[in-house]
Amino acid sequence: MTAATTSAAATGARPVESTARRRRAARLGVRSIVLLYLLLLLVLPVAMVFVRAFEGGIEPFLKAMARPSFQSAFWLTIQIACITIPVTTVMGVITALAIVRRRFPGRWLLNALVDLPFALSPVVIGLSLFLVYGVNSPLGGWLQSMGITVIFAMPGMVLATIFVCLPFVIREVIPVLREIGTDQEEAAYTLGASPWRTFWRVTLPAIRWGIMYGVILTTARALGEYGAVAIVSGKLSGKTETLTTHVEERYLAFDLVGAYTASIVLGLLALVVLLGMQLLQSGRLRRRGPRTSDTPGSAGSRLGTTSPAPDGAATPGGT
Amino acid sequence: MAIRIEGVTKRFGDFVALLDVSLDIPDGELTALLGPSGSGKSTLLRIIAGLETPDAGRIWLDDRDVTRVPPQQRGIGFVFQHYAPFKHMTVYDNVAFGLTIRKRPGSEVRTRVGELLRLVQIEQFANRYPAQLSGGQRQRMALARALAVEPKVLLLDEPFGALDARVRKELRSWLRRLHDETRVTTVFVTHDQEEAMDVSDTIVVMDHARIEQVGSPRDLYDRPANQFVMSFVGPVTNVDGSLVRPHDLDIQTEPAEAAVEAMIDRVVFLGFEVRVELVRRDGSHVWAQVPRDVAERLELARGQIVYVRPTRAGMTATADGGVTGLEVGQGAVSASAR
Repeated sequence: MTAATTSAAATGARPVESTARRRRAARLGVRSIVLLYLLLLLVLPVAMVFVRAFEGGIEPFLKAMARPSFQSAFWLTIQIACITIPVTTVMGVITALAIVRRRFPGRWLLNALVDLPFALSPVVIGLSLFLVYGVNSPLGGWLQSMGITVIFAMPGMVLATIFVCLPFVIREVIPVLREIGTDQEEAAYTLGASPWRTFWRVTLPAIRWGIMYGVILTTARALGEYGAVAIVSGKLSGKTETLTTHVEERYLAFDLVGAYTASIVLGLLALVVLLGMQLLQSGRLRRRGPRTSDTPGSAGSRLGTTSPAPDGAATPGGT
Repeated sequence: MAIRIEGVTKRFGDFVALLDVSLDIPDGELTALLGPSGSGKSTLLRIIAGLETPDAGRIWLDDRDVTRVPPQQRGIGFVFQHYAPFKHMTVYDNVAFGLTIRKRPGSEVRTRVGELLRLVQIEQFANRYPAQLSGGQRQRMALARALAVEPKVLLLDEPFGALDARVRKELRSWLRRLHDETRVTTVFVTHDQEEAMDVSDTIVVMDHARIEQVGSPRDLYDRPANQFVMSFVGPVTNVDGSLVRPHDLDIQTEPAEAAVEAMIDRVVFLGFEVRVELVRRDGSHVWAQVPRDVAERLELARGQIVYVRPTRAGMTATADGGVTGLEVGQGAVSASAR
């Protein structure tokens, strides 16, 4: 009798237990697959670069960094990024505004065209710039006669970087512009603000996070671009070498420490950009939370109503 | 400031939003633009504000032709349907916006914004952000922001549409009091006839890009120009092809002259008023509103046979709901030509 009950209970309990166990196993399985995937593809290769770079201590690393060709590549990379970022940001905001806010024939074409740099291989982009601005082309020849060398020089490298980075700000800003709509801008107009002031006081603050994300993505890409830049730069060591092409050059010259060093510097720059993005994100979340006290000298103290507002009345998203 | 709208037409692609609309809004009045969605009322308001340009026609503010004047220079205040708060600014900065744009001195801005925040009773929320306000508070902030620049005309697009019923009623009477104090010419758009009747001096009923009728709430209710206005501004029921108000139906238990026979299908007590739903012998439905004491005196109950007689002349119902004639009788007017 007792034996029968226990066995019945056991058979009753078993399916429950086994489903729970199976679920746990499945969860563990998924986790380990993802971890293994990230380990093999991301962590291990990047870690190996660090290991190899510092195999002989910090000395060879510092020596590699002191090389003039490294120095030149580093500063050129920074310079290109510093030109690319403002240009793509300003033009990106203008283009996004045109696509979202203006009605003109061919708007859809412009919208599609913006994604071209995403679709095209960077090598093709480099080649196409070569065709247009090369010394043998009419435009390139004319520029050359004006004393401006584009291909195998910095202008070409900047052009190539701008080309590949063009969509980021636009693609980040367009959805934000669509989301905020025109209400706030129209409200500013009815309150007497000119379109120009409305842009600075209303539109720009409303889209600033979209712009920031676009800038961060642009920065990462501008620092790391290889294909297009490699074609138009000619990779002249100490002259038109960026960090990425410098890595390749060092690698092919069997200077592995040199290649790893440049790689690590690139990696650190990327890390700074990513950290910046994380900081922005957490800062934004914190700002969105309820705040009872404000910055000194703000409206409350100006009005002399510093007492905290009674709560319970606020129901965000109550409309 | 008086508003004059002259023969305004506006199209959006193939859609006709306004067709040859003319309207005079006197200075200092509170006017409601009432109509179903798509009737063109919001477009008309936006054209008055300068947020849209008419395809034809002119807009005058007093004796100034403002048809091509941008919204910045019209001296209007506009409250948007969803309030359009500047989300990145505090309540204080939102209200101060128009004044800082006009580069008014700081002390003046502070005083004026303080006054306005007190007026709309949100002074304790001055340094909150719009997202931290309730719907009603956001709405009042939008009003304070529009009033800050001392507009000559205040335009409100569905001002209470997004609020719950209780807050809506409060704000309604508050807006009426505010208007009585400030006497700023005010035009507001609504699709809620009760709201229009409650708040406004004059109601402009719109449908299908045109104005159907202009009048005081009482006028529209008692002397609607056509079937559309009649059914839009109040309840109607159809007795033998004649539209009447359900409270203009007299219910008796004995047959009488001009009374039609019907059976009570349902009696609904709604406090003071009782809704009586009736079925005619031919299967058609009629309903009547009677005071509670009448219902009790007659002991109205389901299944009872009663006799229903209109106490006022009704309006002939047409199948298309378009232009109708009026039966001659007490309080009837001829259908006004457009």
